[in-house]
Amino acid sequence: MSSLARTPILRQRRLANGLFQSICAVSAVVAMTILGYILWFLLRQGLEYFKPTLFIRLPDNVNPALGGIKHSIIGSAGILFIALGISLPVGILSGIYQAEARGKLSQSVRFLTDVLNGIPSIVIGLFVYAIWILPYALKHPGQGYSGLAGGAALGIMMIPLVMRTTDEMLQLVPQSLWDASLALGTPRWRTMLLIILPAARNGIVTGVMLALARVAGETAPLLFTVLGNEFEGPFTGPIDALPLRLYKYATSADPVQNSIAWSTALTLILMILTLSVIARLITRSGKK
Amino acid sequence: MHSATCISVNNVSFWYGSNQALFDINMDIPKNAVTAFIGPSGCGKSTFLRCLNRMNDRIDGTKVTGSIEFESQNIRDKSVSVEALRRTIGMVFQKPVPFPMSIYDNIAFGPRTHGIARGRALDTLVEKCLVDAALWDEVKDKLKSSAMALSGGQQQRLCIARTLSVSPEVILMDEPCSALDPNSTHRIEELITRLKDEYTVVIVTHNLQQAKRISDNTGFFLRGELVEYADSTSVFGTPARKETDDYINGRFG
Repeated sequence: MSSLARTPILRQRRLANGLFQSICAVSAVVAMTILGYILWFLLRQGLEYFKPTLFIRLPDNVNPALGGIKHSIIGSAGILFIALGISLPVGILSGIYQAEARGKLSQSVRFLTDVLNGIPSIVIGLFVYAIWILPYALKHPGQGYSGLAGGAALGIMMIPLVMRTTDEMLQLVPQSLWDASLALGTPRWRTMLLIILPAARNGIVTGVMLALARVAGETAPLLFTVLGNEFEGPFTGPIDALPLRLYKYATSADPVQNSIAWSTALTLILMILTLSVIARLITRSGKK
Repeated sequence: MHSATCISVNNVSFWYGSNQALFDINMDIPKNAVTAFIGPSGCGKSTFLRCLNRMNDRIDGTKVTGSIEFESQNIRDKSVSVEALRRTIGMVFQKPVPFPMSIYDNIAFGPRTHGIARGRALDTLVEKCLVDAALWDEVKDKLKSSAMALSGGQQQRLCIARTLSVSPEVILMDEPCSALDPNSTHRIEELITRLKDEYTVVIVTHNLQQAKRISDNTGFFLRGELVEYADSTSVFGTPARKETDDYINGRFG
């Protein structure tokens, strides 16, 4: 028997290898099947009302089939924009602090960021409701709910995500790049701004987009803050958002509204998908 | 060692946390000469080199004692600006590290930082640095393209050009050729020999032949101590210490 022959122990290893490989493959297939099933289900249920009128009309209470969710789309987009406006500067700057600062404070900041990240979204909604909307409503009965408050709630949720991404991406930039810049007598701030941040840009953009996609579907914090609306309104008052519309129509007694709820879900998913694709495109163009 | 002293090192010791890496180093580094540091891995030569422009400041938990004087000023004085120090005492690293930007912007980065030149003057300066670093002919037609596309040897010469761009007086080189092929190494050695007319060069190298070829003085480090420091001819010809002799003749290390 030559030394290259397949001995029992090698046969056993081959078997174990094959077994492990198939378990991993099966798990991957399971995950993909669930995703595929959700998408297929959404398409089957949501395509009926997924047509141009959906995007250009407001809800029609007399004939729901003629109505649309234009105001929810605008509302969601606006709220996300506000959330981005709040979380981007705060998240990136504090991420830089975490990555660069030495000492006890930065360590506690990192820990507290994780705590903030773990706070359930409904609690954040409640918090914004308690410190912003309630005091205002007590002075001006019937008012207080606003798109701004909703944007703030989602912005608060995004801050720890953006912070963490920024911190991690900055840590990934090789020390040698720091050294090369500092060795020219470049001040730290300039090195960070012109060398390190651009090097980490792709990762940060991807992280921000993922954070945005995550909060885009949040419903709980919006219940307390933007309230929902059947009409288009300014962001200083109650407005509608896709998750709220989805919730409202899905729990409605009208089968047509139930159907539109599926189209709303489809719209929401497409919006998030678009964000992911944009993130991918930005990252890819940056690599050239 | 006849020429004027550029950097004077007195009783320098260095710690990483509780780990002492350098023990009581004393040496005078002459002006407009090439000084080489040799020694086995982990002997402290790179650590020492990085002390000379305070690159170790960034590492947590380090401690330095003693004095390093450049033009009779202690570089660790509170009044010394670390940015000004590093501009005056530049550094080239083992691995070439071009910034992820164009060739032109790589060289222009330092001058822009320090407000040395702009517009036409900056163009001239960039050209001069690239010429001095023997890279101009290879890149003059693609200044706007990314520096990352250059070969390893070209990247290292780019890094040298970048170091020259802020008009330093001293250039520290930390094994600048160890990642390069023999041909690129040869070109950089030629470059170093030319540079000493205008600059003081301190180079750490693992390549003993290289130290012998290009340096005027050589310091041999062992376990954090400066065992021997003299002109290169005598260090490589008739070393005073047995450890040096053993190392140079490959009996250890």
